[in-house]
Amino acid sequence: MVIKTEPFVVNFGPAHPSTHGVFRMRMTLDGEVIVDMEPVFGYLHRGIEKLAEERTYTGCIPLTDRLDYLASMSNNLAYVLAVEKLAGIPVPERAEYIRVIMAELQRIASHLIAVGAFLNDCGAFMTPIVYMIREREKILDLFEMACGQRLTYNYMRVGGVSQDVPEEFLPALGKFVKVMPGWIDEYDRLLKENEILLARAKGVGILPKELAINISASGPVLRASGVKWDIRRADPYSIYDRFEFDIPIGSVGDCYDRYRVRVEEMRQSVRILKQALKDLPEGKVRSDVPHLIRPPVGEAYAHIEAPRGELGFYLVADNSIAPYRFHVRAPTLINLTALREMMVGWKIADAIIIFGSIDICMAEVDR
Amino acid sequence: MAMPMLPPDWPGGFWAHWGVFVVIIFVFVLATIMGFIWFERRAMAIMQARLGPNRTGPFGVFQPVADALKLLIKEDIVPAKGDKLVHWLAPVVAVVPVLMIFAVVPFQGGAILADLNIGILYIVAISSVTTVGVFMAGWASNNKYSLLGAMRQVASVVSYEIPVVLSIIGVVLLAGSLSMQQIVIAQDIPFILLQPLGFLLFFIGACAEINRAPFDLMEADSEIVAGFNTEYSGMKFGLLFTAEYGEALAISAIVTTLFLGGWRGPVLPPWLWFLIKVGFVFFVIVWIRTTVPRVRIDQLMALAWKFLFPLALLNLLITAVEILVLPAVSPWVLVGVNIAVMIVLVFLWSRLFKLGWGRVEV
Amino acid sequence: MTVLSGKEIAHQIEKKFPKSIIESSPQSLVVDREFLLPVATYLKTTPGLDFDYLTAITAVDFLDYFEVIYQLTSLRRNHSLVVKTRCYGRDNPSLPSVVKLWRGADFQEREIYDLFGITFEGHPNLKRIVLWEGFQGYPLRKDYL
Repeated sequence: MVIKTEPFVVNFGPAHPSTHGVFRMRMTLDGEVIVDMEPVFGYLHRGIEKLAEERTYTGCIPLTDRLDYLASMSNNLAYVLAVEKLAGIPVPERAEYIRVIMAELQRIASHLIAVGAFLNDCGAFMTPIVYMIREREKILDLFEMACGQRLTYNYMRVGGVSQDVPEEFLPALGKFVKVMPGWIDEYDRLLKENEILLARAKGVGILPKELAINISASGPVLRASGVKWDIRRADPYSIYDRFEFDIPIGSVGDCYDRYRVRVEEMRQSVRILKQALKDLPEGKVRSDVPHLIRPPVGEAYAHIEAPRGELGFYLVADNSIAPYRFHVRAPTLINLTALREMMVGWKIADAIIIFGSIDICMAEVDR
Repeated sequence: MAMPMLPPDWPGGFWAHWGVFVVIIFVFVLATIMGFIWFERRAMAIMQARLGPNRTGPFGVFQPVADALKLLIKEDIVPAKGDKLVHWLAPVVAVVPVLMIFAVVPFQGGAILADLNIGILYIVAISSVTTVGVFMAGWASNNKYSLLGAMRQVASVVSYEIPVVLSIIGVVLLAGSLSMQQIVIAQDIPFILLQPLGFLLFFIGACAEINRAPFDLMEADSEIVAGFNTEYSGMKFGLLFTAEYGEALAISAIVTTLFLGGWRGPVLPPWLWFLIKVGFVFFVIVWIRTTVPRVRIDQLMALAWKFLFPLALLNLLITAVEILVLPAVSPWVLVGVNIAVMIVLVFLWSRLFKLGWGRVEV
Repeated sequence: MTVLSGKEIAHQIEKKFPKSIIESSPQSLVVDREFLLPVATYLKTTPGLDFDYLTAITAVDFLDYFEVIYQLTSLRRNHSLVVKTRCYGRDNPSLPSVVKLWRGADFQEREIYDLFGITFEGHPNLKRIVLWEGFQGYPLRKDYL
């Protein structure tokens, strides 16, 4: 007599300790193997694109903070680049360097959380993420020195940054840059060659190269699948063409590669910070722009390499003080397209790891 | 060397002996469980560069007491469609066997509640009943996550019983008796030196049976939201929690008795040696929990059947051969031989062994 | 990255698909909606153009028409292009879907359907994505609130 089994449907509901944010997966399970999966999101939709049509161009900057709240500086930067492209506003040298410093510090902070949360999902009970949060605290102290905020900075302005960095910022940054590579090496020594981590993450959740390009993946997800595409090299914005840095790529596109790519990117960011700190000139930090910016009729699309992928803003102006259309090209929404292919055939424990390795922030997926 | 031994009927008469030791066991187990909870939180915190509980009492010593009080006054929630009787019985069935294990653990020569001559067999039999309690908890919650956690638990306990029991047989062969007291008396050289492979197998298998990291996938916070105890609140949850730490204490005590020499030691009183050794084993368990990630269920099963089980059989074979030559050869030679054999076997097996299967075609 | 001039690509496309271009400028080119799928396939498969990466799809509500903007990129050749198309009429506007060419369009087209009401023919799973099932209306239209 043959035992009949039938698959059952489980809801990895919106409230779950390890989906990063409110994300729902309807999984069809056969024992522990995932047979089918459907992602459902939209629980955090706040209508940012519609709200922005009521606010002035400068007033939209706090809205962009709340998009991907773990990388607010990058969001601000992308948006003000779009407005400057629309209205043709130049940016002084010192402001450019400060923008690069803030963006790279933000990249390190965001990757620390991403890597820590990934290792936490693998089961290393809280130890790696606590160490990484300790390092992130130093970065948040630097940000607090510059703009007074720890999470939603609202620091960049159209034409520069909102205020100059105080005197104690640069020595503190120098100290941080000297100490950070040692900490990254320590995290590597602890977990990079761990047998259990390799068994859990190597070969799991593979995103092949052709599929990655076809779904318009970007950021570490695309680079881990073997595609050497980084907006800072391909379409340099701000002053990134003056800095020397490498672009780490993976080979297979599994969870382990995505984890390694993020760790290597942290090292490269420290390298950029050292160069920017050396060359920082004096001068103004904001060019003279009127209070209410009124760009001429037109449209502009500006994109940057945010920690989670290619973040782009598409703005349409109609000669009034508010944007006519404000659209965010959210990298995490598009990276989620192939989630079903990556998860089917694996077990529940792997589903959590695969989802954690894509590193999403639900506020950006839903906007 | 004269070993400190208490007369078997201490302090005098059957019922006095029984009464005193029941009280000692209850107090010891419950107090030590609370101590372990505190110790684990503090040690893990310091290894994670943070402080841990430090407000309730000096160094946070009263934290477990505060937790117990909190659990006592919480509302008892039973899922509406769950099986109420099974839901109520499950924590009881999970906790009672754990306490019963301590009836045969020797705290000192002669200080044992019941010196059964089948001591270790009794322990193996009783400790399997806890699994039934866990499965009842998972079933009665009417929750798919809990059921998954319970299934994982049953699968892993069944798989890991075998290497554990086989490594215990190695120790029994060396001691010549199943009784726990006799095993301690026979350890002129601690059995961890004579049976290094057996110790490793028993330790790993025992960690898997008590759901401690790296095998804590039964209650993995990040996957199935606390597994079989998702739907438990109040003192029932407290009892399940006590069962988990009680099992950890029981395993530490058994490892101490079987492999580390129990209460034997030079200068200090024997019961103090027992406590020191139990504390040390528990510290190693906590240390491993803080450092290492978690395995997946199919990797867990593969580890039991393909890695530990053959090694346990080989260990048994080698021990049997050594017993035959034991009177002729000095035990210290055997120590060297055993350690060398362990290193070679573990190295060889880890090269040949693949952890789990990968993607399944659907 | 070079931004390809809309005018030159428009010449190239007019030769292959006559009457498909409505207007063109150095920044972008506007394609007639009937020719959207053939032009997109042509842009993806022609060697020399090789637009294998769809950066973004957006829609804008100019009150007479909806304009849908496709930002295309070629990773191999490092150039980009902006292609637009228009749908006239506010009841049931629809466009062919480009999901078969670039799967990255999947969620973005669902979002445009959700917030603007433009249906995409040929999309495998056209449901609301950021708002809940049963929501009435299309919020990002200019006449919503």
